[in-house]
Amino acid sequence: MAIDSEVLVVGGGLAGVTSAVAAARAGADVRLVSYKQSSLRQASGLIDVLGYVGDEVVVDPYDAIPELHEDHPYRLVGVETVRDAMALFDETVDGYHGDHTETNALLPTHGGTVKPTARYPAGAAEGVASDDRDTLLVGFERLVDFDAPLAASHVEAAGAPFSADGVTITFPGDLQADAKVTRYAKLLDQNSPVAVDGRKVDTRSALAQRVASHLDGHERVGFPAVLGDDHTDAVRATLAEELGVAVFEVPMGPPSLPGLRLEDRLFEALDRSGARYEVGNPVVDYEGEDRIERVVVERNGSRVPYSADQYVLATGGLVSKGVESDREGVREPIFDCHVPHPGDRYDWFEDGVFDDHAFARFGVDVGSDLRPRGASGSVEFENLRAAGATIGGYDFAAEKSGSGVSIATGYAAGRAATEDLT
Amino acid sequence: MSDSADTPTEESFEPTEPNTGEEFEPVQVFPDEETMDLRPGADSCTKCSTCDTNCPVAEVDDEFPGPKFQGPEQWRLKQTDDGDEFAIDDSIMDCSNCMRCDDACPSGVPLSQMHNEARGEYVDEQMSKLSTEYWRNRILANYRTSAWLASKVPRIANVAMNFGPARWVMEKTLGVTSEREFPAFATETFSEWWAAQGGAAGSRERAREARERRGEPLDADKKVAYFHGCYSEYNTPEVARALVRVYEHFGYEIVVPEQGCSGTPMFANGMLDDARRHAEVNVSSMADLVEEGYDAIASCTSCSLALRQEYPELFDIDGIEDVAENTFESIEYLRIHEDVRGALQDAEIGDELAEEFAYHAPCHARNQGLERQAVELFRDLDGVAVEDVGDSCSGISGTYGWKDEKYEKSMAIGEEMFDHMEDAESTTGMTECPTCSMQMEHGTGYDIRHPIELVAAALVE
Ligand SMILES: Cc1cc2nc3c(=O)[nH]c(=O)nc-3n(C[C@H](O)[C@H](O)[C@H](O)COP(=O)(O)OP(=O)(O)OC[C@H]3O[C@@H](n4cnc5c(N)ncnc54)[C@H](O)[C@@H]3O)c2cc1C
Ligand code: SF4
Ligand code: SF4
Repeated sequence: MAIDSEVLVVGGGLAGVTSAVAAARAGADVRLVSYKQSSLRQASGLIDVLGYVGDEVVVDPYDAIPELHEDHPYRLVGVETVRDAMALFDETVDGYHGDHTETNALLPTHGGTVKPTARYPAGAAEGVASDDRDTLLVGFERLVDFDAPLAASHVEAAGAPFSADGVTITFPGDLQADAKVTRYAKLLDQNSPVAVDGRKVDTRSALAQRVASHLDGHERVGFPAVLGDDHTDAVRATLAEELGVAVFEVPMGPPSLPGLRLEDRLFEALDRSGARYEVGNPVVDYEGEDRIERVVVERNGSRVPYSADQYVLATGGLVSKGVESDREGVREPIFDCHVPHPGDRYDWFEDGVFDDHAFARFGVDVGSDLRPRGASGSVEFENLRAAGATIGGYDFAAEKSGSGVSIATGYAAGRAATEDLT
Repeated sequence: MSDSADTPTEESFEPTEPNTGEEFEPVQVFPDEETMDLRPGADSCTKCSTCDTNCPVAEVDDEFPGPKFQGPEQWRLKQTDDGDEFAIDDSIMDCSNCMRCDDACPSGVPLSQMHNEARGEYVDEQMSKLSTEYWRNRILANYRTSAWLASKVPRIANVAMNFGPARWVMEKTLGVTSEREFPAFATETFSEWWAAQGGAAGSRERAREARERRGEPLDADKKVAYFHGCYSEYNTPEVARALVRVYEHFGYEIVVPEQGCSGTPMFANGMLDDARRHAEVNVSSMADLVEEGYDAIASCTSCSLALRQEYPELFDIDGIEDVAENTFESIEYLRIHEDVRGALQDAEIGDELAEEFAYHAPCHARNQGLERQAVELFRDLDGVAVEDVGDSCSGISGTYGWKDEKYEKSMAIGEEMFDHMEDAESTTGMTECPTCSMQMEHGTGYDIRHPIELVAAALVE
């Protein structure tokens, strides 16, 4: 026997979870299998749909999609599908803002840039750059990834309609220099007593007290995104109450707590949708010819067969090993789907960091049905669709479109797989 | 299952005895640490810190430098020119061997292998063999020995182990926390019960009856070797008995080979020699059975993980790879080979167990990708609801939470789970790991069951 389902989604990132939720809500019996945690651990937790076309900042992503080249994943699935996919995200994932408008919000990031994004976590909401309240950014001495005074001056230089100041304080409890971000979050979550001048004070209050003397008329305070993991709303609320001003989190680089929290929310949505899932072991092989009959999951050395009628490939890009490259070339490792790439490795890169690199667009080649195509353009397997960063032909980092493409193609693949059930 | 099962069984083969014949010659892969080449593993670290965000100890103790340091970084320090002078950092003993980091690393760095090796070296070369810590750890790690002794006089042991003044002495002289209650010892061990059921012969009989009832061929190739582990032998034989009933119900013949401890508590305490001694016994008896077409199953997720992952990572024993490839967790195996889901859909459950369970997935189940199986399985069982109480570690990590100096940390790690359990509708907990179950009970006062007990209640009773 094999462990079976109607739709089997391979990969548990934004694309995989979205396609599993979409398929389950369309009535399919769905299972998702994923190897590792997704690239959300590295991402900011912001959901970008389309931030830039070329050098131009995008105001309304849906308006700008027709300007993209015609093989871009958004063009393949169509603007309406992108809208429906975002609506599914809004309906199923708790704790995100931005759905009141189609235009991008501008959010300050830890480097002090201001970034156009479509959805942002509730924790970041009070920080939007279109708001003109004066802002104090607070950094922690030992958390070197966020230099608050520098970020504040960058935000001002970027033309934000408010004045921003930055201050660096010591996090209560004198943490070690290399304390992990999860350590800060846990202390705040549990509101554990920490020693302040020889007395034990709750972490949240102790932190508020340290910030209070720097408040100086600012109407909102931004902290690095380490304000709790399990109880972030409560942590923010306590700080806001004790400081008497609005409090927000500034999205941070990897490892990213907002990304981790988003991953939790996504899996909660998946659970509610009735889909089954398991994380921890890779799909390593498949059986079948024109149709995939089953795939093989490797569990600590044992090979376990999983069968389904329809499959979705959402294993991510180079970061998550959904696409692999070596000196010989670039490959999709499970089904060996064709990945177009220049024959000469020296053509994979350009000289400048932000130049138009071919490798940034590596991924399987799909048509508007999202089925991977071989070098000759013919469909590789009739019951396999690809979604998310596994798909090539777009540069998420330059366009600021990573999450949006994963959500849109995941949604489209999940729906199409369900419609195709035999 | 391997097809060698169809070949005639050799006369000398006795399923429940380990093969200690002449061919048996265990060799350790890494006779001395200098030759252990983990460089490819260390080099594939991209310093992404994913492991650090998964470490439950780093989350409550900022003095713990985290898995990235314990693994690839410390390993590299040892390889530099003055590596000879490099002493393993004391903090290696603060790692609880939950192996979450190992599971999390997107680059496949063998973190737990590096930690186990460093811990072994630390204990061998840097820890005083006269220290209380060493002996305390050794006693805790060799739980099987104490449990074996206690099982001879379970009633006295149950009283004595939790006798106040004795606990005070244990804490003061040995550093075993007196906050915890020792688990009760069963008055009949699983092995005693199994012998009374007629052992392997009895099981063959009952399995045949079940196949007949199920309309399966009488000679169906359905046989498993059960690795029950120490805990269901001495403390919770009801779990092992439930497993036997469920497997026989599905027509499986069970053998219970001679076995030692899986070694999990020994790995966690850097006692690799002790662990190897037990591994030799286990691999030797299991390898013969695997060759005969048996699959190995375990009801404790730390045991199955040890056999599947830690053994082949740390030891070179004949047949070790075959055992690893053919070992499964008890419910996982049924899900692969039987339609348990269908059976449960048709089943009903008696009043006593018809309720909600707060389920905690042990870290070592998570490492095998099994963290959702109980929630998933019982979704379709009428009268029962299973609520996942979140992805935090329970914090006890085997012997870790028994150490006086670690007790507070262990409870801080567990707090998230306790909160979620208390928020859940239920007052009964569920988990596959015996020590997680101790921690769940200790933190909330709930009764804790193993999922296989629920399967047994639904399908067999
Ligand atoms: C550093 C960084 C920062 C980013 N910042 C942003 C941002 O600010 N805003 C934004 O919108 N986007 C951002 N992105 C991009 C965005 O995170 C990704 O484009 C998107 O999350 C990709 O989702 P995915 O599901 O397609 O792939 P992934 O998230 O990569 O998920 C793929 C999953 O598949 C699994 N997998 C791989 N191989 C197998 C296998 N053989 N078997 C089973 N499972 C397998 C992996 O373990 C993984 O869980 C960022 C990305 C990175 C790397
Ligand atoms: S998760 Fe793996 S690659 Fe990332 S820092 Fe840890 S060991 Fe290195
Ligand atoms: S095994 Fe667990 S405690 Fe040890 S370093 Fe890894 S995550 Fe941390």
